[in-house]
Amino acid sequence: MNEPDHYTDRALDHLTRSRNAGTLSGPSGTGADANPSCGDRTTITVAISDGHVQEVRFRTFGCTAAIASASVLTELAAGLAVEEAARLEPADILNALGGLPPRKEACALMAIGALRGALVDARVRATA
Amino acid sequence: MRRVYLDHAATTPVDPEVAEFMAQVLTEVPGNPSSIYAEGRQARALVDRSREEVAAAIGAEPAEIVFTSGGTEADNLALRGVLKAREGEADGIVTTAIEHHAVLDTAHDLEAHGQARVTVLAVDRDGRVSPDAVRAAIDDRTALVSVMHGNNEIGTLQPIAAIGTLCREAGVTFHSDAVQTVGALEIDVRVLPVDLLSVNAHKFYGPKGVGALYVRTGTRIATVQTGGGQEKGRRTGTENVAGVVGLGAAMRIAVARRAAESARQGVLRDRLIAGIASRIPDATLTGHPIERLPNNASFCFRGTQGEALVVSLDLEGFSVSSGSACTSGSTDPSHVLLALGLERDLAQGSLRLTIGRDTTTADIDRLLDALPPIVARLRTASGAAVPA
Ligand code: FES
Repeated sequence: MNEPDHYTDRALDHLTRSRNAGTLSGPSGTGADANPSCGDRTTITVAISDGHVQEVRFRTFGCTAAIASASVLTELAAGLAVEEAARLEPADILNALGGLPPRKEACALMAIGALRGALVDARVRATA
Repeated sequence: MRRVYLDHAATTPVDPEVAEFMAQVLTEVPGNPSSIYAEGRQARALVDRSREEVAAAIGAEPAEIVFTSGGTEADNLALRGVLKAREGEADGIVTTAIEHHAVLDTAHDLEAHGQARVTVLAVDRDGRVSPDAVRAAIDDRTALVSVMHGNNEIGTLQPIAAIGTLCREAGVTFHSDAVQTVGALEIDVRVLPVDLLSVNAHKFYGPKGVGALYVRTGTRIATVQTGGGQEKGRRTGTENVAGVVGLGAAMRIAVARRAAESARQGVLRDRLIAGIASRIPDATLTGHPIERLPNNASFCFRGTQGEALVVSLDLEGFSVSSGSACTSGSTDPSHVLLALGLERDLAQGSLRLTIGRDTTTADIDRLLDALPPIVARLRTASGAAVPA
C-alpha cells in the first residue's frame, strides 16, 4: 500500500468537496463511531431497499483523514448489496484515497465502524 | 498565487541583512572564540559585539547574557540551573498551566526525579494568571517562579511586572519566557523585576538554533552541562559564532523597528479579529481581548477541527496553525486552550493566525474572504448546529 506522508489529491478533494455530507431523514439505519484517542466522531445513515444500500450520508467532526474517509466511503457503499457493504474494510478506503499518511490511518477506522453500525441497526430495525 | 504566511509565532523568515551577515561570518571567520591568536580574537570580537547588542536591547549588561541553542534550552537552563543551585535549601517551582512545554515539561521532569515540587497555577478565561495566586503559591522553600510574558498560542500577555515585584519582595527568583515578546514589545530589565529571561532568535527574523538567557547579576544559577567552561561556565560549549552574530543583528534590527512595526501589526490584528467576528458566526476569540501580542489573532470555531482547518487553508495558499497538536493519529486539544476552561470539542477547532513584517492589509482581506466558506464547509460536514 502506498503510504504518502501527506494527503493525496484525492483525499483533499474529499475534504474540499465532501460527498454526501448530511443525515438522511427516516434512515433504514444509523451508526456512529469515535476515535477514542482524540474524541472525534463520525455518524453514518443508510437507506436500504431491495437488499441494497441506496443512499448513504455522513457527518464527521474530525480531521482531514476522518472527513475524506467518511466521504469516500459513502461513494464506495452506495449501490452495493448489504452483505457487500458490510465487507468494506479500512483498506478499501485507503485504496480509494490513494493512501493516507501512516499516522492518520486510525482516523479512517471510524468511517467503517459507523457504516457497519448503520447496517446492523438497519437489520435490527427491519426484523423488529 | 502568492502564499500568505500567517504563522510567525512558529517561526519567522531570516532577515536578509541577518542572513548576509551570517554568511559572511561563516565563510570569512574560521576561528574558535576561545583561541587567543588572531582568528580566535576575531571570532571572540563578533561574539562579544553580539552579546552587547542583545544586552542593549533589553537594558542588560553584556555579562548577563548567556547564549544558548534557543528558547527551549534557555528555559531548561533557567529551571534546572536555579533548582540545582538551590539544591538542599529550596525546591519549589511555581508556574502556570499555559506555559510552553519547554517550561512545563521541564518542571514536571524535575518533579518526577524528586528534584522539585511544582505548583501549576490556573489562568482565567482570558489566559491571565493572577499575581495574588502567585503570591499565595510561594512558600519558604520556593526557589523559582516561571511565568511567560506572551503566550505563543493565544497571545495573552501576563502581568509580569506585578509578578516580578512580588517575587522580589518574597526573595524568590523570577523567570519569564519572553520568546514571543522580546522582538515585539519593549522590555527593559532595569525597570522590569525579572531575574531570568528566555530569548529565541528565530522568533524575530534571526536564525533557528540560537537564543539566550538573560541572567541578572547575583542570580544563583548552576550550569547544567559540563565541558570547556564557555559563557562563564553557565553554558559550556564552543559558541555558535554565526548563529550568535545572527541573533545580535536580528535583535538590533527588531529593536529599531519594533515600535512602528508592532503598531502596524496591531492594526492588522484588530482588522483580522473584527473581520472574523463579523463574518463567521459563533467564532470564539481565545486569549485576552486587549492584553495580547500585537501579531496574534486566535480563535476557536465550534464544529470544526483544527487539522482540517489548517489543511483547508493550506490548499488556498495560507500557512497557519492550530493549537491542537497532531500526535500519532489523533489531534489533541492544546493544554493552553483546555486551561482556559474551553470544552474539549470547542478547543479542537482552534486556529492561530500570527502576523509578521511582510503581512499586508491585502493578505488579511484575502484570509477574511477564504476562511468563512471553509468554516461553513467543515460545519456542514460535522453537522454542527450554529446559531445564526
Ligand atoms: S485526528 Fe481525530 S479523527 Fe483524525
